[in-house]
Amino acid sequence: MTDLQTPEAPQLPAATLSLTRPQLPRWAPLLAGVVSLGVGGLVALIAGWGLVPVAIVAWVVFFVGLPAWSAAVEGRRASIDRLVTTVAWTTFGLAMIPLVSLVYEVIGNGHSAISWAFFNNSMRGVLGEGGGIYHAILGTVIITACATVISVPIGVLAAIYLVEYGKKNRLARTITFLVDVMTGIPSIVAGLFAFALFTLIFGPGVRFGIGGAIALSVLMIPIVVRATEEMLKLVPDELREASYALGVPKWRTIVKVVLPTALGGIITGVTLAIARVAGETAPLLIIVGTTTSVNLNPFDGRMATLPVFIFSSVTTGGRYEAFNTERAWGAALVLVAIVMLLNLLARFIGAIFAPKTGR
Amino acid sequence: MATTEPTGVIDTETSTKRGDAVFAGLARSAGILIMVALAGVGIFLLVEGAPAISASGEQAYGKDNIVLFVWPLLYGTLLAALIAMIIATPLAVGVALVISHYAPRRVARSLGYLIDLLAAVPSVVYGLWGRAVLAPAILPVYQWLSETLGWLPFFEGPATTGRTILTASIVLAVMALPIITAICREVFAQTPRMHEEAALALGATRWEMIRMTVFPYARSGVISAVMLGLGRALGETMAVAMVLSVSGLVTINLVSGQNPSTIAANIALNFGNASGTKINVLIFSGLVLFVVSFAVNFLGRWIASRGQVKA
Repeated sequence: MTDLQTPEAPQLPAATLSLTRPQLPRWAPLLAGVVSLGVGGLVALIAGWGLVPVAIVAWVVFFVGLPAWSAAVEGRRASIDRLVTTVAWTTFGLAMIPLVSLVYEVIGNGHSAISWAFFNNSMRGVLGEGGGIYHAILGTVIITACATVISVPIGVLAAIYLVEYGKKNRLARTITFLVDVMTGIPSIVAGLFAFALFTLIFGPGVRFGIGGAIALSVLMIPIVVRATEEMLKLVPDELREASYALGVPKWRTIVKVVLPTALGGIITGVTLAIARVAGETAPLLIIVGTTTSVNLNPFDGRMATLPVFIFSSVTTGGRYEAFNTERAWGAALVLVAIVMLLNLLARFIGAIFAPKTGR
Repeated sequence: MATTEPTGVIDTETSTKRGDAVFAGLARSAGILIMVALAGVGIFLLVEGAPAISASGEQAYGKDNIVLFVWPLLYGTLLAALIAMIIATPLAVGVALVISHYAPRRVARSLGYLIDLLAAVPSVVYGLWGRAVLAPAILPVYQWLSETLGWLPFFEGPATTGRTILTASIVLAVMALPIITAICREVFAQTPRMHEEAALALGATRWEMIRMTVFPYARSGVISAVMLGLGRALGETMAVAMVLSVSGLVTINLVSGQNPSTIAANIALNFGNASGTKINVLIFSGLVLFVVSFAVNFLGRWIASRGQVKA
């Protein structure tokens, strides 16, 4: 107790005894930002630099200036806090650069290739100018549809087993774990798997669409299982119990009560899974190959798909490289548009059917 | 109940039981099918890859045996994925912090959506972007690196092309970033609110609060997130195949035109022209990739599940 009554205490300067410390105003970061942009702009005017150095100079001024100002007014701890805040937002800005650049370049380079003929022609007999992606779009649609038809029943049934029947027994836990691990299978390994499987059945050199669908299913099933599992877990037990109390058998309860309740979420998950596999290239490159003309039969022969079309257009090189590259950008724009639309659609469905949570 | 005819009761009961049994059986077999498929991936790759063990010379792309063929590719795969993780991990942690703790609640949702968009872009488009946009744009940086930091073995150069293993790693980092961010975000958001508020009540600044409550809580989650991102980077094919200018050398020089290839990219580039034993050789290298990425994913999931039990 005597320690508390040290003679120094009353002699401290009045400022440190105050309960509040001086703080920078709320608009301090904004001001610092404007000032650093101004400095960057000034340097650019004097030195005649482009946009990128301006951004870097402005960032450095901000990165040093705001914490220094804060250190002078608020003290060391607040200054470090502001420094870290700047770093965190910087990482976000850096992460956005590739996205912005990619969207900008894909639209900028791709839009000139887009025309009615681009969607309406295949590459049959085309070497230089002209040609289109009709065959590739059809191939992507057919193979993705086949993969969906294979994956959705298996994925949904497996999720039903995990949630409704397994109830954390050993088999269910093993399957859950393996599904998690399966999401990490490299896509090219899925392609090699399909190739090895059909080589053993049909002999060497096999290439056809259904093989690609099987390979894509290996990648798609775990996504469907995870999404469905999460949704089934959200269905309240009261609904199941009410149904059991009315004497409805378990399987009819699942089909008529549980699945309809979770339907919106399951459709969202399936749509996201389709978006994911529609852009897969590597497995299709291995087992489906590519071709220049339309092939509508997934059970026979090579098919063109959008991703493989992009890959082969870019890597072929040679005399018609300029035309090939232009078509590749056009196809990339179409592919990105399809994938983004599917993603938006999934969010839209998810927002409509989202279960009302407490918060 | 008393009025129901006994036969009728028995009938509905047996049909109910049959329906239940059929449905339960269907569900269980779907689950087992997934296990079989995963085992099948390993088995079929093993069967088709086995003939490669005795391959040599022309069949093994001019290498004396299969080990000499796979080793440089494995080295390239690990190197590219490792650099990608060194780039992506700090970025992903920062982005996840922004979304979970820095951004205002209303903005955070849309910021998360922007990051998810990064994950939605197909890998082949990343490859195209890396090859046609990033590689030329980054070449001056490599030239500067090799001139000023050329005494470091990593930046020895000569920097003649932007299509180096470092560029490929940057593209891989961009692709792995959304995965790492998503998991980190989830873990950060699960920090007990009471811990955070206690730290703030004691006068901690926001950064001190994050350092004292969020990071210790999220450590295992972040590690498993990085492992899963690593798994993605290891198996990524198209970005590397399209970006990298390959020579197949084992080198630590990151900015020259002589780059080690990766397993996945090598398969993608050579599979179309392969025949006979060469196909088996490529499938064998795919098996190696499968084992490595399976192990990494397994480890990541295991760390994650262990962290959950502890929490």
